[in-house]
Amino acid sequence: MNELLLVVTIAGERVALPAAAVESVVELDTLIPVPRAAPHVAGLSALRSRVLTVIDCMRSLELGASDCSDGIREAAVVELDGHHYALIVDLVEDVVEALSDPAPMRAAMGPGWERVSQGMVETETGPLLLIDVAALLAGATEAKAA
Amino acid sequence: MDDLIADFVAECRDMLEALGGEIVAWEAQPDDRARLDNIFRFVHTVKGNCGFFDFPRLEALSHAAEDALADVRAGRRHADGTLVSAVLAIIDRIAEMIAAIEAGEEMPAGDDSALIEALAPGAEGHAAPVAAAVGDGHGRAASAPRTIRLSVELLDRVMSTVSDMVLARNELARRLRESSTEVSVDSAFERLSAIIAEMRDAITRTRMQRIENLFVALPRMVRDLSAELGKQVLVDIEGGDVELDREMIEMIRDPLTHIIRNAVDHGIETPADRLKAGKREIGLLCVSARQSGNQILIDIQDDGRGIDGAKLVEKAISNGVIEKADAAQFTPREKLALIFEAGLSTAKEVTAISGRGVGMDVVRSNVERIGGIVEVDSTPGQGTRMTLRVPLTLTIIPALTVSIGSHHFAIPRSAIEEIVRANGESVTLERLGGAGVATIRGRRVPEVSLAEILGLETDVAESDRRLIVLRPAGGDVYALSVDRIHDHEELVVKPAAPAVMATGLYAGTTLADDGSPILLFDPAGLAQVGGVKLEMQERAARIAEGPASTGPKTIPVLLFRGLDGARRALRLAVVDRIEEVPVSTVRTAAGQLRVQLGEAILPLAGGGGAELGDEKLRLFRLSDGVHEIGYAFKEVIDFATIEHDVIHAEKPGEISGVSLINGEPAELVDAHWLFATYVGAAAQAAEPLVCRIPGGDPWMQNMLRPIVEAAGYRVIGDEDGGEADLVIAAQGDDVGEAARAIFLRSELEPAGKKDESIYRYDRAGLLMALKVAGSGRGK
Repeated sequence: MNELLLVVTIAGERVALPAAAVESVVELDTLIPVPRAAPHVAGLSALRSRVLTVIDCMRSLELGASDCSDGIREAAVVELDGHHYALIVDLVEDVVEALSDPAPMRAAMGPGWERVSQGMVETETGPLLLIDVAALLAGATEAKAA
Repeated sequence: MDDLIADFVAECRDMLEALGGEIVAWEAQPDDRARLDNIFRFVHTVKGNCGFFDFPRLEALSHAAEDALADVRAGRRHADGTLVSAVLAIIDRIAEMIAAIEAGEEMPAGDDSALIEALAPGAEGHAAPVAAAVGDGHGRAASAPRTIRLSVELLDRVMSTVSDMVLARNELARRLRESSTEVSVDSAFERLSAIIAEMRDAITRTRMQRIENLFVALPRMVRDLSAELGKQVLVDIEGGDVELDREMIEMIRDPLTHIIRNAVDHGIETPADRLKAGKREIGLLCVSARQSGNQILIDIQDDGRGIDGAKLVEKAISNGVIEKADAAQFTPREKLALIFEAGLSTAKEVTAISGRGVGMDVVRSNVERIGGIVEVDSTPGQGTRMTLRVPLTLTIIPALTVSIGSHHFAIPRSAIEEIVRANGESVTLERLGGAGVATIRGRRVPEVSLAEILGLETDVAESDRRLIVLRPAGGDVYALSVDRIHDHEELVVKPAAPAVMATGLYAGTTLADDGSPILLFDPAGLAQVGGVKLEMQERAARIAEGPASTGPKTIPVLLFRGLDGARRALRLAVVDRIEEVPVSTVRTAAGQLRVQLGEAILPLAGGGGAELGDEKLRLFRLSDGVHEIGYAFKEVIDFATIEHDVIHAEKPGEISGVSLINGEPAELVDAHWLFATYVGAAAQAAEPLVCRIPGGDPWMQNMLRPIVEAAGYRVIGDEDGGEADLVIAAQGDDVGEAARAIFLRSELEPAGKKDESIYRYDRAGLLMALKVAGSGRGK
């Protein structure tokens, strides 16, 4: 059976998240900043009485910052090691079926994309970059330290 | 003993279950080293334990199997089929015996020598077939309570789901309040609420474990230790049925073990020494647990040689931990507390037992890390008592919410020593080389700004901030300045995501009542990030104390709004804590409004005929050291100090006077009147209050002083010089040569005809005496 992918737009680029990793797609309204945390941690938010750690994907990819000033943001909720995260994305599009296994990208990508890439997958709407959610959550700082 | 056996049986059954597959696999592949090791470990454990329990047959069997397997492990022997089946036969027999022990039956009859012989190298063929299964569970099922074994992980998951459910319910409650709903919806919600509360209770209980599980290993440990040291020690254990969060039990295991090792090693003397000191040659070690409020107290008491405070001080001076000049100021308790400093031990030599790498300093920091306290009390020659105080559970933490600008944070209440205003009279702020130093009542403490640590903007001037004096676990105090202080809340704390924890500032996250996330600070982490050095000793800071008590003392008060909306103030020192109770716990009983708080029923003041509301009632718990009163209020406004003159009320009553506090008038609640009115008649002091030094006596300071002042006296403490026209002291105190003296007693009835003391809540008598003394001076 082929994997299902959630197509989202980050920094203007359409990419795919493994749909199995995504619990839900939500609209965040409140955002409580976490002072002193890594730059890609945009803050905390509450979803159905759970605390979500909100990750700014653009910062995580070192592509600038998402604009959070207008209040409501779309985000994909994922769980890693018992913690819930909300990934701020520009837009959530649709769920599609992967038509191939991820294949390594041979062309050079930006360093941010390189770090979170799991390879390229074919879909009905063309090739998409498959994102490694854990790498996206770890952000730029940890990757440098490692 | 039965518990120990039950433990042993449970352990064996666990291992046998786990071994089930291993044995078969080993049979197929006798060379598999990992499987061999597992089986070896099993027989080794059985052997070790049954020596202690006196099961000779079990011991012989496991010993033989262990020997044979040890040979295989050492490569002296090859695991052939014969050996494997011989070992398996022994394991089967062990399982049978354990089943019999568990059911409380006789050991299955039979001779084990055939099985043991079959292990010998070159033994022929298979061992005798195992005797028919005995005690395979029929008898057991009837006697044992119906239980199942669950994985702790599953329990934790259920627990966290229930916590989520509680939070979800809170959110629903909020939504329901916002939108006016039908009564039927409300009542259904009420029912759901009650069910959830009950469920949470039950689940919390599943996480509770009897502390017995921790105590059960102690007799064995003490026995081994004392044998090793050539001492005789009797262990007395009490309160094993006290229940404690499972996680907490694990956290106090090491500290407790270490304290007991210390007691046996350093505390209790050798039999010869004990006889010389006129004691029984067998030392006594009492370990007891009891519950007190939401804390568990564990006492470890020995009747050994005690701790020599003077020796500790000597050692601390020679190690450079303290200065000689400071040492002279130490109270006996402070001297004893030196035992918790790193690198101190009065034992002449470090023995194998105590020299295991952890000192009392580690014990203390471990206990403090979980929000507990270690106390020590000792009388040389008579023994030592260590007391561990630990909270019941880790997941719910009382915390104070504070804010910088629009950002809210929580600080664990356990780390907070006091809260002062940056511009209060007893507080000065200075900058030395860019670092903040706050002097609070003569004590210099490092000061850091929360806004600076967090890099946040603040619109509150430095002098308008509040200083929170924090004492992180195992560290020294520092002051944290924040913009505003909000509320005291009990928070359900959850670990934060690693990216948040990586900052080192936070201990977890939680949801506030309004559903927004709040970060809980780790006070030690804050200090570290703020650049405060925590290892410095507090004593160094005391030097500043000496001449500090000049100038009029300001009186800290708690400013609040009463149920009737009036702005009032209560002296902070009489407020024990703030409680929130359902209105249903308030009843009129025995002619008075009373409120039930846990297991105590307190008189309730502050009601004043006002509506109590229909849901929650917030109240102060006031204490005079002996009695307690509840005082209902609407909301806390602020902490403040009385800096202006007090206009005293004409008639004694609940309000003793009015003063300007923070620029607005506030009524001062007369705590003396409250206690006199609400508990006065019922007061039967269990023991006479000791009031040697009126200046240091909180009752005198907080309740008596306002009355005396209202009667036109200037009150001085006993540290002030000059002549006094009147001395007020507790009954039986020596006041030396004083012009006049009023003695206060705590019993309602005088002790005899010659007793001229005044009952301390006899306001009329007291005022009369004050008046008489005042007029006497005029003559």
